[in-house]
Amino acid sequence: MTPEAEDAARAAATRVARESYGKLVAFLAARDRDIAAAEDALSDALAAALADWPRRGVPANPEGWLIVTARRRRIDAAWRGRVADEASETLRLAAEELEAAEEHGPLPDRRLALMFVCAHPAIDEAVRAPLMLQTILGLDAAAIASAFLVSPAAMGQRLSRAKAKIRLAGAPFRIPEREELPERLDAVLEAIYAAFAYGWEQAFADDPRGRNLAEEAIWLGRLVASLALDEPEALGLLALMLYADSRRAARRDAAGRYVPLAEQDVGRWSAAAIDEAERLLTVAGAKRRPGRFQLEAAIQSAHAARRHGGATDWPAIAALYDALYALTDSKVVAVNRAVAAAEAHGEAAGLALLEAAAAEGGLDGYQSYWAARAALLARAGRKGEAADAYRRAIGLEFDPATRAFLIERLASLG
Amino acid sequence: MQYLLMIHGEEGRFGDMPKADVEKMMGAYGAYTQALKDAGVLRGGERLQPSTTATVVRTKNGKTSVLNGPYAEVKEQLGGYYVIEAADLDAAIGWAARCPGASDGAIEVRPIWPM
Repeated sequence: MTPEAEDAARAAATRVARESYGKLVAFLAARDRDIAAAEDALSDALAAALADWPRRGVPANPEGWLIVTARRRRIDAAWRGRVADEASETLRLAAEELEAAEEHGPLPDRRLALMFVCAHPAIDEAVRAPLMLQTILGLDAAAIASAFLVSPAAMGQRLSRAKAKIRLAGAPFRIPEREELPERLDAVLEAIYAAFAYGWEQAFADDPRGRNLAEEAIWLGRLVASLALDEPEALGLLALMLYADSRRAARRDAAGRYVPLAEQDVGRWSAAAIDEAERLLTVAGAKRRPGRFQLEAAIQSAHAARRHGGATDWPAIAALYDALYALTDSKVVAVNRAVAAAEAHGEAAGLALLEAAAAEGGLDGYQSYWAARAALLARAGRKGEAADAYRRAIGLEFDPATRAFLIERLASLG
Repeated sequence: MQYLLMIHGEEGRFGDMPKADVEKMMGAYGAYTQALKDAGVLRGGERLQPSTTATVVRTKNGKTSVLNGPYAEVKEQLGGYYVIEAADLDAAIGWAARCPGASDGAIEVRPIWPM
């Protein structure tokens, strides 16, 4: 084989690994719910592909080739590690599935079922997003750990504990019934959004993985939106992430300084991403089943209207936040709602809402609360209190550019 | 798969419970047990005497110690259990949610180790 053909074969293997990883894991693990064994078998099969394809050419059905090879590895492992009964059962199931796979052509896509397993209520909420990133996208524990700010050892342990629970407790690989679907889908969407939020906050940190995580979350969002066609919240989440992502370039100026939303150059927003988000939101809205992500996307849509030169419709945004707060009762929303109320109805209204939210507790360690409070106090002319709040915000911020921005605002209080 | 449904609740509440309420509760458990039987999923289950009757036994270095139990002093005690056959965790959760004990205590769902 020529070097070019070898490169092509290697590229094909990498591409299949990237595009089909979750599909292959889902297919391999669906029967016995053993995700760890499926991943091991698949990684063996991918290594075999890297050795085999450059020599003998890319098979006509690369996914099928990987499944057959992975299945063989699993059977070998079963013979080695388990009693003969179990091994022969695995062998029989494998033979059945292979036949089915060959008869029906393309691999059945069970990734949505796998996502529901990852976000099962029996699985610890903090590990759902990492589990999805690993099983659907094939990210390794170290990369995930770094993005979620925990040690690789701790992340590896959490992931394997979750996989063991799925296998031993029998969490099913299936799409939930209609009556429980909204709640279960919500958990899937929450996990994807958590991954996006981590990636988004760290998009400008030194570690490039943060940036990748936001992209991976959008990829997962597209996948859910395409697999759960009738679910407006899935479309709402994808729209929300696209709106945020459309402003990525505008979040920093040429010198790398933080630029707040209201001062961003709309020319640096991605028109294509906003257009796509608007289309998704329209399709979702037509289904007349509003929800948290659609509301958040609608707020982003209102902000995006500024790109056509219009003024921001703050009363509309404040009203959307009221609805969102009634639905979620989240502290993040409470702070943003207060900021919107201040823009729409004056600082006093905003500060009143912030104080009410603070009285509920849980905001002391939340940077956005202090930054919002500082800005509103400064505008109300309460300089001393504003300075205190800026200091609290600066102490809690981990992004250097945002910290620099807050320090500048503190200095400008005079 | 088989699952153990452990019924945890404040057993102290039975003491102050009016007779009519006790009867209502027994009726609810009776109906629930019957539903498990009718569905063909019941494999076992018993109500336990109060945790004050428990004794904890340990053997260490050949010496057996016997202590006045229960094993763990907690607000809610294990008051009874069912063993059921269910296709998967979701089916087991579905049965646990219907158990009368789920509404005034908590049901712990544990998969049984197949031997």
